[in-house]
Amino acid sequence: MTERIDSIGRSDAFPAQGMLLQPQSDLTESDLSAVGSPASEPTFIHRHPGIFPGKHSRYRLLITRDSASMEPQIQRTPLHQQHVELGAKMVPFAGWEMPVQYSGIIPEHNAVRQNVGVFDISHMGQFLVQGLADGGGQPACEWLNQLLTNDVSVLQPGQGQYTMLLNETAGIIDDLIVYRRKGDEYFLVVNAAKTAEDFDWMNARIGDHSLSFTNHSADYAAMAVQGPHSEAVFQKLFAGAIELPKRFCMTEIATEPGTVIVCRTGYTGEDGFELFCPVVSGESWWQKCLSAGATPAGLGARDTLRLEKCYPLNGNDLSPEHTPLEAGLGFAVDLKKSDFIGRDRLVKQRADGVTQKLVAIRQVEKSPPTRHGYKVFADNTELGELTSGGMSPTLGCGIGMAYLPVQYAAPGTSLEVEIRGKRYAAEVVRKPFVPAPLNSM
Amino acid sequence: MNVNIPDDLKYTSSHEWVRADNGDVVTVGITDFAQLEMTELVFVELPEPGRQFQAGAEVAVVESVKSASDIYCPVSGTIVEVNSSLADNPATVNESPFDRGWLFRIKLSDPAELNSLLDAAGYKATIDG
Repeated sequence: MTERIDSIGRSDAFPAQGMLLQPQSDLTESDLSAVGSPASEPTFIHRHPGIFPGKHSRYRLLITRDSASMEPQIQRTPLHQQHVELGAKMVPFAGWEMPVQYSGIIPEHNAVRQNVGVFDISHMGQFLVQGLADGGGQPACEWLNQLLTNDVSVLQPGQGQYTMLLNETAGIIDDLIVYRRKGDEYFLVVNAAKTAEDFDWMNARIGDHSLSFTNHSADYAAMAVQGPHSEAVFQKLFAGAIELPKRFCMTEIATEPGTVIVCRTGYTGEDGFELFCPVVSGESWWQKCLSAGATPAGLGARDTLRLEKCYPLNGNDLSPEHTPLEAGLGFAVDLKKSDFIGRDRLVKQRADGVTQKLVAIRQVEKSPPTRHGYKVFADNTELGELTSGGMSPTLGCGIGMAYLPVQYAAPGTSLEVEIRGKRYAAEVVRKPFVPAPLNSM
Repeated sequence: MNVNIPDDLKYTSSHEWVRADNGDVVTVGITDFAQLEMTELVFVELPEPGRQFQAGAEVAVVESVKSASDIYCPVSGTIVEVNSSLADNPATVNESPFDRGWLFRIKLSDPAELNSLLDAAGYKATIDG
C-alpha cells in the first residue's frame, strides 16, 4: 500500500521558504524527497511556480513517519513537542513540519463544527507596519492602501479586514488579514509559504513612505481556537476578565512574558479566535486551550472545514494566474480607492466581465472523493481542473472548486469529474457548500 | 504503536495481508497498521472479478478524507471475488481489517509466491524499524 496525501492546506507548493524567490534554484529531486517523496518529476515547481498540480501533491507518507529523518530546512513550530506527545501524524507543509491529524480528520472536523477545536497556526507570518509621521499624516495607511485591494482607511483601531496583495496584472500574490492596532500602526497575518515573498514584495515598494515595516513571524507562537464553543474557551483562558473582541476585531492583552494578540477570525466558518503569543509561552497557551476543552485539530480538518465554506487556499485556489474577481473575492476589493497595484486590470475586468469563475462543484453520484487536480468536463469537453477537492465530512460526498468558463458557472450546471480514467456526475452548486446554521452570528 | 498482527497470516512490506486457508484461493486485505495510518476510509475501489494481476501490480485503491492509497497485489492470479459490502461501508476496513474488512479473493497462478511473503514476525520488524 502506498498512501498519497492530497494537498492539505495553504501553499504546499514550496517545500522550503525562499523557493519562490528562486524559481530557478537548484532544487533537486533529493531535496524534494527529503520532504516526503512526491511521486513526480523533480522539475514541477519550475514549471508551475504558483500552482500545485494535484497529481504531484501526493506524499508517500508511510515512509516518512520518522520525523527525525526530515531535513533541517523543514522548520518546526514552537508547539512541535506538543504535537508529538499527542501522537499527531506530522507532514511537511509550506516549509514546516505540521500536524495533519491527531485522532482523525473526521472527528476533528466534527469537533470544530459542533464543539471547539484548536489548530497550531504558528507557521503563518506576521508583519508590523508603523507610520513615522510626526506632524500628522498616515503614511502606513497610505502605503498599505497602494499595495492591498481593500480600503485600509475605513478601519477603526482594533478592526481588521480580509484583503489581497496583487501583482501589476491583478494576479493574486497572497490573501491576508490586516488589523489596525492603533493610530497609524497595522498588524498583518499572511500565509506561511508566502511570508518571505510578501515581505520582500512589500519592502521593495516602501519608496519614500515614512514608516517602519518589520517581519515578526519568528516572534510568535499562534493557535486558532474554532467552533461554536470558542467563547467558552476564551473565558477560561482569561478567567472572564477580558471580553472577546467582536468579529474581525483584535485585542491586545498584557501578560508575562509579553503581549498576547487575540483576533476574532478564523478559517473554518465557525466562530472563533486566533491567539498570537510570545514563542516561549506558546506551549503553555496551547495546553490551556486543551484544558479548556478544545480538541487538537490538524491541517487535514482545517482543509475540509475551509473547503466546505469555499474559503480559498492560496497556492491552490488562488494564484498569480487569477484575479480576485475571477476568484469571487470582489467583496475584498475596493475599486473606489484611487489607486492600488492591480487596480487597472480589475476596473477593466469589472467593465468587461470575467471569462472564468471559481465555482463550487459537488459530486451527485457514488464516486471516489474528488481531489485537487482532477479534470472537470461538460458536454465531453474538458473545462479545467479542480483547484481543491476532498470529501466533505458534513455532506458525506466529494466537493471541490475549479475555475470554469462563465457559461458553465451557474448553479445547477451538470459536469463530470474524471477520476482514474472514469467520469462521475457532478454539478455546480451555490457557495458555500455548508451554509452557516440559522442561530449563528 | 499498538497494532494487531495475527500470526496465521502472510504479509507484504507494503501493508497488505494474505490468508491462505482455502487451497489456491487466498484472501487479501490491508493491515491494522495500514488502517490506523489511513484513519477512517471513505471509499474503496476494488478490481473486477475475472481480472488478472501480477504480484506487485496496483489492484485496488482505498481512500480516506485526504489521502488515496494504492493497494498492491501481493501475489499473481485471477480475482474471484471482491468484498462488495465495502461499497456502502468502507469504514468496515477500519473496524475489522483482518476479518469483515477483507478486500478481495484471488486464485493463485503461482502458489510458490506465498513463500516469499513475510510472516508476522517479519512484518512486525518492518513497521518497528
